Amino acid sequence: MSFLLNCLTNTKHPLSKPITQPAISIQLLSMQKSLVSITDYSKEEMLRILDYAAEFEKNPNQHILDGKVVATLFFEPSTRTRLSFETAVNRLGGRIIGFSDASTSSSSKGETLKDTIKMVSNYADLIVMRHPLEGAARYASEVAKVPVINAGDGSNQHPTQTLLDLYSIRKTQGRLSDLNIYMVGDLKYGRTVHSLLMAMAHFKPTFHFIAPDELKMPNEYKQFCDEQNIPYFEHKELNENINEADILYMTRVQRERFTDLMEYEKVKNVYTLKSKMLENTRDNLRILHPLPRVTEIDYDVDDSEKAYYFDQAQNGLYVRQAVISCSLGLL
Amino acid sequence: MSKTENKQVKIVAAIKDGTVIDRIPSDKLFKVASILHIEELSNQITVGNNLESQELGTKGIIKVSDKFFSDKDINKIALIAPNAKLNVIRDYVVVEKKTLKLPSVLEDIVKCGNPNCITNHEPMMTRFHVEDNHTLTLRCQYCERVMSGDEVKIL
Ligand SMILES: [Zn+2]
Repeated sequence: MSFLLNCLTNTKHPLSKPITQPAISIQLLSMQKSLVSITDYSKEEMLRILDYAAEFEKNPNQHILDGKVVATLFFEPSTRTRLSFETAVNRLGGRIIGFSDASTSSSSKGETLKDTIKMVSNYADLIVMRHPLEGAARYASEVAKVPVINAGDGSNQHPTQTLLDLYSIRKTQGRLSDLNIYMVGDLKYGRTVHSLLMAMAHFKPTFHFIAPDELKMPNEYKQFCDEQNIPYFEHKELNENINEADILYMTRVQRERFTDLMEYEKVKNVYTLKSKMLENTRDNLRILHPLPRVTEIDYDVDDSEKAYYFDQAQNGLYVRQAVISCSLGLL
Repeated sequence: MSKTENKQVKIVAAIKDGTVIDRIPSDKLFKVASILHIEELSNQITVGNNLESQELGTKGIIKVSDKFFSDKDINKIALIAPNAKLNVIRDYVVVEKKTLKLPSVLEDIVKCGNPNCITNHEPMMTRFHVEDNHTLTLRCQYCERVMSGDEVKIL
């Protein structure tokens, strides 16, 4: 059964400046207005979220969640993501219930996810959840009476991260189409790069994948690019081959991904971005990173105007305000 | 069906009421028998294998008296032996020929191969979307991982 997303068709909205409404009606896959995977949103829906986010950036304090209760259920800790969501709710004037760690939740007493979600959906108007198991958010969206926003399910999806990446790209480049997107580091297990690839596919990108053999972009995604006629190039080294980049998307290379730790030691330094590597890069180049970083970006890069990762994180607030408001049908 | 094949079917003995699963590739016969759990049945069962077949070279056949399999069971056979033929027999007559066809969604038939998938931790049904019939490529509705061929494990 499909469902009309109110926020995209309703003509009334409380934002300061009117936003032009789309002529098309948008449908979601789920019965509820949940956001579990980035592929739940069409291109038009993603753009709409970005437009609303831009309005929230201009005026983040909007009391449109008055009287609403949002549950933030963090079955595994993620302070960064939780604070971003909770700030979004607070700036919209909503109330928050929930937990920030599974050890304080009923699931530590052996309660099933289904029972926890059923119980919480009696109290809250919206559930934001993070869970260590893949597919947990999809399952929750099926059993909950209220919409569910996935704030990360294991190594699977983290759609608001993808939306804030898109927002950052559009904001810094003035557009989303025809960009050279370079992805660096762990392209095998990094869910952010996979989701970003799927989302950017709507906008005629050229991809460059820079990764060690152990952490190469999986074939599944390269096949997807082939099917969509999206050009991509693979590189093993991070060096001057980034000079044509518009976006440099850095990811963490995690030690635990390597079976051979010697290999890790070798690779870890090869994939560190240093300020001198930026000398001949494009003026419009911006460096993104989902954070937290470890050794992938030297601290001397932070002072470059091309470093955008801290602003990127802040954009998450506006995007989450937009997603929360839309999921509740308030925009 | 050729005359020789027809005779061989008879060699394996006709049944009055029940189900005949024919044209199972010989190397898949015991797999099919096992997913149907026919060893747990007390019904009269006839199993034949390495029978001559013009199409397959050799084939296997399973006949189960007084047993009519559910669509879920039939879908399971389609996963292993998609070209097998299933005939429903009543009073020695074939009253229904079922073509095995993999449905577009497999519900509670396949186990997700991802140990970190929610379906392996919660008491819940699995759901897989068939992305490619020929290579048997399935996508888990929950963890969104893709499995194919031998990676596919039946529950
Ligand atoms: Zn799964």
